[in-house]
Amino acid sequence: MGIAPTLAVTQPAFWPLTLILFLPAIVAGILALPIIPRGKDDSVRWVGLATTIAVFILSLWMAVPAIFGAGSPGQFTVGDAGMQAVVKQPWIPAFNIEYLLGVDGISMPLVLLTTFLSVLAAAASWPIEKHVRPYWILFLLLETGMIGVFVSLDFFLFYVFWEVMLLPMYFLIGIWGGPRREYAAIKFFLYTLAGSVLMLLAILMLYFASDIRSLSDDQLLATHVVSPALEGADRAAALTAVHSHPKPVHTFNLLALAAIGQSPASPFAATSFWGMTLESWAFLLLLIGFIIKVPVVPVHTWLPDAHVEAPTPISMILAGVLLKLGGYGILRICYPICPGAGLSFAWLVCGLGVVSMVYGAFAALAQKDFKRMVAYSSVSHMGYVMLGLGVWSAVAGHEYQWDAWAQGVNGAMFQMLAHGISSAGMFFMVGVLYDRVHHRNLEEFGGIFNRMPLYASLAVAIFFAGLGLPGLCGFIGEVLVTLSSWNYSRLLAVCSAFTVILTAAYILWAIQRVYLGAEYKGPHGDHLTPMTRRELAIAVPLVVLAIVFGVAPQLIFNYITPTVNRQVETLAEWTRSIHDGHPAAAGAAAAATDDGAVGFQAAIDSFSVGGGR
Amino acid sequence: MNPDRNLGTLLDGTLHDTLAVSLPHFRPELCLAATIVLLLLCRMLPVLRLVDSGFLALGGVLFSLFFAWNDVLTLGGGAWASSLGDLLAGRQELFGGLLAFDSLTAYIRLLLAGFLVLFILFTKVSGIPDREDGADFYTLVLGATLGMCLMASANHLLMVFMAVEMASVPSYALAGLLKGRKASSEAALKYAVYGAGAAGVMLYGLSLLAGVLGTCHMPTMARALASLDSMWMPGGTGMALAIGGLMVAAGLAFKLSAVPFHFWCPDVFAGAAAEVGAFLSVASKAAAIALLLRVAFGLGTTGSGPDHAVQMAALGETRHFIVGVVALLAALTCTLGNLAAYGQTNMKRLLAYSTIAHAGYLMMGVAAAVALAGRDAGASRSAVAAVCFYLGTYVFMNLAAFAIVALLRNSLRSEEIASYAGLIRTNPGIVVATGVVLVSLIGLPPLAGFISKFLVFSSVMESVSLDAERPLMLVLLVVGGINTVISLFYYLRVLKVMTFDPPPADRTADAFPLVSIPGALVTALVVPVVSLGIFWSGLYAFARFAGAFAS
Repeated sequence: MGIAPTLAVTQPAFWPLTLILFLPAIVAGILALPIIPRGKDDSVRWVGLATTIAVFILSLWMAVPAIFGAGSPGQFTVGDAGMQAVVKQPWIPAFNIEYLLGVDGISMPLVLLTTFLSVLAAAASWPIEKHVRPYWILFLLLETGMIGVFVSLDFFLFYVFWEVMLLPMYFLIGIWGGPRREYAAIKFFLYTLAGSVLMLLAILMLYFASDIRSLSDDQLLATHVVSPALEGADRAAALTAVHSHPKPVHTFNLLALAAIGQSPASPFAATSFWGMTLESWAFLLLLIGFIIKVPVVPVHTWLPDAHVEAPTPISMILAGVLLKLGGYGILRICYPICPGAGLSFAWLVCGLGVVSMVYGAFAALAQKDFKRMVAYSSVSHMGYVMLGLGVWSAVAGHEYQWDAWAQGVNGAMFQMLAHGISSAGMFFMVGVLYDRVHHRNLEEFGGIFNRMPLYASLAVAIFFAGLGLPGLCGFIGEVLVTLSSWNYSRLLAVCSAFTVILTAAYILWAIQRVYLGAEYKGPHGDHLTPMTRRELAIAVPLVVLAIVFGVAPQLIFNYITPTVNRQVETLAEWTRSIHDGHPAAAGAAAAATDDGAVGFQAAIDSFSVGGGR
Repeated sequence: MNPDRNLGTLLDGTLHDTLAVSLPHFRPELCLAATIVLLLLCRMLPVLRLVDSGFLALGGVLFSLFFAWNDVLTLGGGAWASSLGDLLAGRQELFGGLLAFDSLTAYIRLLLAGFLVLFILFTKVSGIPDREDGADFYTLVLGATLGMCLMASANHLLMVFMAVEMASVPSYALAGLLKGRKASSEAALKYAVYGAGAAGVMLYGLSLLAGVLGTCHMPTMARALASLDSMWMPGGTGMALAIGGLMVAAGLAFKLSAVPFHFWCPDVFAGAAAEVGAFLSVASKAAAIALLLRVAFGLGTTGSGPDHAVQMAALGETRHFIVGVVALLAALTCTLGNLAAYGQTNMKRLLAYSTIAHAGYLMMGVAAAVALAGRDAGASRSAVAAVCFYLGTYVFMNLAAFAIVALLRNSLRSEEIASYAGLIRTNPGIVVATGVVLVSLIGLPPLAGFISKFLVFSSVMESVSLDAERPLMLVLLVVGGINTVISLFYYLRVLKVMTFDPPPADRTADAFPLVSIPGALVTALVVPVVSLGIFWSGLYAFARFAGAFAS
């Protein structure tokens, strides 16, 4: 009953996606075998790095056909809003669980971010001398888990990958971490596991309430319940088989669940317990699971501990990729599947976003530990993501204008990617310093600029990107989110704009205390050697990307906007149909997508961010 | 009964029932019985003492396994391969209604025989029992297993009692196997006293039930229950039924080591050899869960018939009672087991509490299955399948856990968790194997334990969504979820000690390497834990076949 035997229809993306997903795990398995003799730590490192590079190149081949010459049908078509490169193989037929993978404008850039940061984190792992082989095995397993979450379209598969990340992370923090590593590791594990148990309950709730027989033939094909690659009689037979089933057919297919959730007679909208609808429960349970990962105040407390204790490369992965999983989950799962709950809980999501934004910024101001400060800046920055995702401003004034909302969600997506670059960079920069002087006390730094001018300039550039300086990547997301929230709530918009000042305060103050000043008076001053070539090879790409994405945000918007706009527009139409009570709207939404995409693109261009074009 | 049937036809009928119908389906048990006789014979003749009792037992069990497998094949008729079709297992009553032979019998017997094969191999590797005790040990083990097979097929309350006793009495002796060890003797005594008490209570309960309903044959009892107007009718009959039911539940809870009848379990596991712990934790639990299913479905449902729907509806109150009791015990067992496991420093004690907690999860599945029986037969079968799947994976998880404890005991001379400190430095393979087992016991994907938990939780969720005993099932879901999180602590603590902590300074011996016979055994047990987490369609098809008994 494996996944291999029935390649009934041609799936050009099967091998590329499967390789991207499982190559790290396979190499981890090979590393576990005693092929490379003991003591040859450098060989292990090179194998690990080569694997991450191979996966990165594969994902680049898929995501950016322009570089490699388009031509393979397995590659990603930039600008296409729909789900692409879908891989569909049966896994557990008894529960309709499938090996269902696919990428769209939301997940493709995140996959690329993951594989890219994995390469950099792998390079940053060179100084790790303790238990080298297990470290790399766990690191590679972690990469498979992260990619798996982004490409899974089956809720069960998604959950499996979501959980697969936990154990490697626990050990990576717990063995290779700082002095309080055990506490930090178990705290991380407990928080996330608590969230995922709630998620599992929500998954089961939605599964048992779903029934794919209610979907039309077109929807069945569009959601890949019935593979659109099937032709003629096979297709008709498969469609009939679904509709003629005597009992409800439940599904884990995320696309099908979204189609069911947005249908006029959604079974998820039925009242469940204590007067709340089923989708409200599912939304809240899923939201808790996801915001723990994001993390959002008040469930963020694992993050500073985990970051401070984790080794530098793991901090980079943690901040760069793992936090994005939460935002991705909210965007991919919470809103499309539970739109009704998303609408009624918009204030909650936005409120949580603004609270963590402000709280994170104040907390960052108060920190004495450099790495802890950066960790709290992540809490603050991810608050923008929450706010951007949450502004359901399509209801403002009942005009169902989705532009402002799309602006927010696009901003949130951009912020996730930009934060992936800038936070990974910031953690790396802290790590470079820590490797030399073995402390992170902000009070004891100063004068680094004089001692390490190249390092300091790169670091300052990255910190400015984190600050959100126009022309750098951090700016675009924050400003789009802030603008879009104006339509939803003036108060929240003011708060988020105000936070920018706080952000500037803690970052500038940190720069002042660490890099400026006359001379370094802290411990281990004689160890302040210039950056090595390896460190430069990690820092420079991050700085370059921070600038490139700040100057030419279109590079990212080209990917995300079509998909985001289509989702937002569909949900805006859904809102209209709920309020006005004409149910036909949901189906008609997809038709108008292309115009919408153009409209938003124009808005972006006219907005002219940092001399973008 | 036909009044003018004379003795001759009665004898003929009995003879036919015994020889032509019952005995052919009783071959796995007969093999076990024959092996026990052989084992005892070999003790008597000096020449035959040269025969290794372990391999003799293994041979007998392999025969038993073959017949059990054969039964599954003939009963399933290849139908189990199609995982989507609704299966109907032919149900037969053996020995005049004392035993039931259906898919659950076949599945549990296969499970027990398969477990015994692995178990005997494990004891051969671990070296307990030694040659001197071998014949005693394997006689007791096979005898207990025979009782467990009967537990899985009991269809008559008298048989329930007989089977429980038959499984328990050898277990008491097994607990005292480490002769001369005070803890072991104490464990045996404690177990025997608790067991005797529980048996007495259960027997009293059985007699109450039989007294009110006029029979001990469970299907007849169910019909009698269905014909009662209400359980709470005047005259104390209802009260007698309820008290009888609770007393039977107490007896079953003792076998399941369910809270509050679990006190024997940690002491017995800690005092007895790890090998005995493995046997009690897996085989005994599987049989007890099967018996719980038997009694719950035997009294709470009726087989197909013309007035099936009416009777099922009339039994609603009975099922409500059963679900309430089982769900309450499940929630208590799970929570207390997990909480009590926190403070443990001895690995066997920790695994004892882990066993208790897992009994709780299993009982949640049973509660869901009974709750669903009146609502949707297909969903109820799925719930039974979830429980049976859980038992299937549980064999590997727990046997592997106890095998690691026993084999580490052989090399480290200790079963304290602290003595495992820093094993990752010297024996990474063993630590990884332990890690896989413990993480699977937590229930994290992609391991078998996760699938089991997922299936049980999904059955409970299905009864919520089908509105079968909804409030209770919601409570179970919440309790199950919370327990999964809190169980993380103590399983992970063992791993933490093995990986993070430095090895103790006074460690003299190394643990065994992975490339060795003990290592191979551990590997053979751990590989299914991983592979059943990824490719679980096959085992699930078997479990669905077993679930078909609830039709």
